[in-house]
Amino acid sequence: MSTPSVNTSAAIPAGFGEAAFEAFLSTRDEPEWVTQSRRDAFKSYCELLESELDPEEFRRVDLRAMRPDRFQLNAASELSQDSADGNDTGTILKGQAEFAGHVTHIDGQLASNDLSAELAAKGVIFGDLAVVVRDHSDLIKKHFMTKAVDSETDRFSAWHAAFWTGGTVLYVPRNVSVEAPLHSLITLQAEKAADFSHTLIILEDGASATLLEETVSATTENLGLHVGAVELILGQEARLRYVQLQNWNQKAWHIAHQAGRVENNGFLQWTVGGIGAKLAHIHQDVVLDGRGAEAEVNGVTFSTEKQIHSFYTQQAHNAPETRSDLLYKQVLRDHSRAIWRGMILVEAEGQQTNGYQRNDSLMLSPTCRVDAIPGLEIEADDVRCTHGATAGRVDEEQIFYCMSRGMSEYEAMHMIVEGFFQTVFDRIPVEVVRETLNQAIIKKLGFGR
Amino acid sequence: MSLLKISDLHVSVSDTPILKGVDLEIKQGEIHALMGPNGSGKSTLAYAMAGHPGYTITGGKIEIDGTNIIELDPNERARLGLFLAFQYPVVIPGVKVADFLRHAMSNVRNPDRKEGEKLIPMREFRKELLGQMNELGMDPEMARRYLNDGFSGGEKKRMEILQLAMLKPKFAVLDETDSGLDSDAVKVVSEGLSRLSGPEMGVLIITHHERLLEFNQPQFTHVMLAGRIVETGDANLAAELHEHGYSNIRERHPEAAAEEVVEAV
Ligand SMILES: Nc1ncnc2c1ncn2[C@@H]1O[C@H](COP(=O)(O)OP(=O)(O)O)[C@@H](O)[C@H]1O
Ligand SMILES: [Mg+2]
Repeated sequence: MSTPSVNTSAAIPAGFGEAAFEAFLSTRDEPEWVTQSRRDAFKSYCELLESELDPEEFRRVDLRAMRPDRFQLNAASELSQDSADGNDTGTILKGQAEFAGHVTHIDGQLASNDLSAELAAKGVIFGDLAVVVRDHSDLIKKHFMTKAVDSETDRFSAWHAAFWTGGTVLYVPRNVSVEAPLHSLITLQAEKAADFSHTLIILEDGASATLLEETVSATTENLGLHVGAVELILGQEARLRYVQLQNWNQKAWHIAHQAGRVENNGFLQWTVGGIGAKLAHIHQDVVLDGRGAEAEVNGVTFSTEKQIHSFYTQQAHNAPETRSDLLYKQVLRDHSRAIWRGMILVEAEGQQTNGYQRNDSLMLSPTCRVDAIPGLEIEADDVRCTHGATAGRVDEEQIFYCMSRGMSEYEAMHMIVEGFFQTVFDRIPVEVVRETLNQAIIKKLGFGR
Repeated sequence: MSLLKISDLHVSVSDTPILKGVDLEIKQGEIHALMGPNGSGKSTLAYAMAGHPGYTITGGKIEIDGTNIIELDPNERARLGLFLAFQYPVVIPGVKVADFLRHAMSNVRNPDRKEGEKLIPMREFRKELLGQMNELGMDPEMARRYLNDGFSGGEKKRMEILQLAMLKPKFAVLDETDSGLDSDAVKVVSEGLSRLSGPEMGVLIITHHERLLEFNQPQFTHVMLAGRIVETGDANLAAELHEHGYSNIRERHPEAAAEEVVEAV
């Protein structure tokens, strides 16, 4: 992994100012277009830092305590052998299923990577963006932040575009089906480490794949920062199942721009699990560009203590006969907060589309808070769009009913919470994902007191 | 032989006294009928026995074999062998009948079980569940449905009887398990209960109808009026009430009937 042509021994100063940026650049060995795009993005980042964040998206998200200057990017060679050896720390997915390949990152650096020889022979690429951007520069240049996530959107997209560290790339050629799931593990280990990973999935026409990605912390106490991006690019009739299970420790900040674009008759099934982080804000867009394109979005979040889980979701219908279906289920306890702002956008071209969005939340304590705001903006006249949000407390009658059958109050609560999530689990066809999410939730619920 | 003994029970709902001194003794193996006009307090008695937090016991005792259970949580009462078939069973979305019952059974069969401890083995459980469902003429597919979610009235009541069958309580209270059912469904429920009750189970049947009692002849019939049991007789009393309604009862107990009028205002 060492890159002798660059200055790998340079320590990158903490924070994300000019000096840190230049030091970071000096550790990278990248095509000229990448360096230029980083410089452009850094300039935008500095400018965007001066302007307001979109109040529609950020009004309820309190970022004042984030303090970027405390966090530290790793130089490319800094990954110690110790941490590379312990690279499975914290994973809850690995070992749960037969994966056709793995990519593991620690503190923004590639730790290990494998892919079945069979898939490699078919032209499938599965690896670290920092490597693939050198080996397949043209392919990446065509898709990287050109279609799905725009670096100019706000300070976070620009920040990410300037400092991205690496990330998991999956490329599946035309008409190739990847049957077994692939696994991507993103780990934070060192105190105040920063991960700026970029997940890029490109499915050519008729290709199909399943990628299960998890973000975990090696410790419960180390501070961490993730400023990420996810881009899912689906050609005609491509089928992608993508899962991102955010399971950082409760000291991590997680900010991400995530977007999927789907061409004619493509199908994207996207599942987001929000378990960890101190504060997570995800801007999640699905954009249906081709006739008959479909997207199904599932969200499962469980917030406890003082966690904040915030989602800004958009379902854009840019073509006729497209279908989007979003269901978020959120459970809260203690002093946690969940914020969800959803929007279905239908362009004038989006005739005969079907858009659905729903957010249900369940509050387990009187001190948590939910703001769930659905929205529609429709330019076409022949569409079916429905939306809704519910928020409620655990029904005392349900608790009593369970208890009258011998269950303790906690067991009753667990049963009701699991049941609440079940209706979204029913939509997730990958068993390992359902099981893993359920286990993560049960672990967090805890038994007894 | 176990004994359920209720003495001078007073129960309030949101500070309104509803039960005003109820006495009742049920031995394991006995069948008791509890009748009375709407609003007389029958469900209140059932809920107070099961430990519903909205029903405050302001006086008296409920004892199982000498242990006063009024301070116990509903789950502890269930583990002591008390079961209530709800008049209005609760829907629990997303929780499969089989999972719910397996948890319930694990606790009731092992009263010392703590949450998170192991459940009764799947094979053993499934065998028993499918057997009981078969006896009650239930489609095994029901086990995979979410508890009472989208069930018809008859399906819900049958589900209560299934739970009774699986939990095998010492004392079962059935609160209008036969109401709102067509006659075929009443027959299934009645036969189910008569098959399940026996020397091991004491039963309190709250009902307005004759059918359930036809299959399950009560040794005792109690009549509740305005929060008190005003008369106790045998099966003939139940038959009399079915024929003539409660006017004779009201005539024989003018003080209670007067309180009932006040309450209805
Ligand atoms: N949850 C409740 N809140 C307020 N009043 C109640 C509640 N439950 C019962 N009551 C009152 O208590 C009395 C007895 O009701 P209930 O026990 O349901 O009678 P029954 O089952 O004999 O028809 C009625 O006057 C009823 O209005
Ligand atoms: Mg009643």
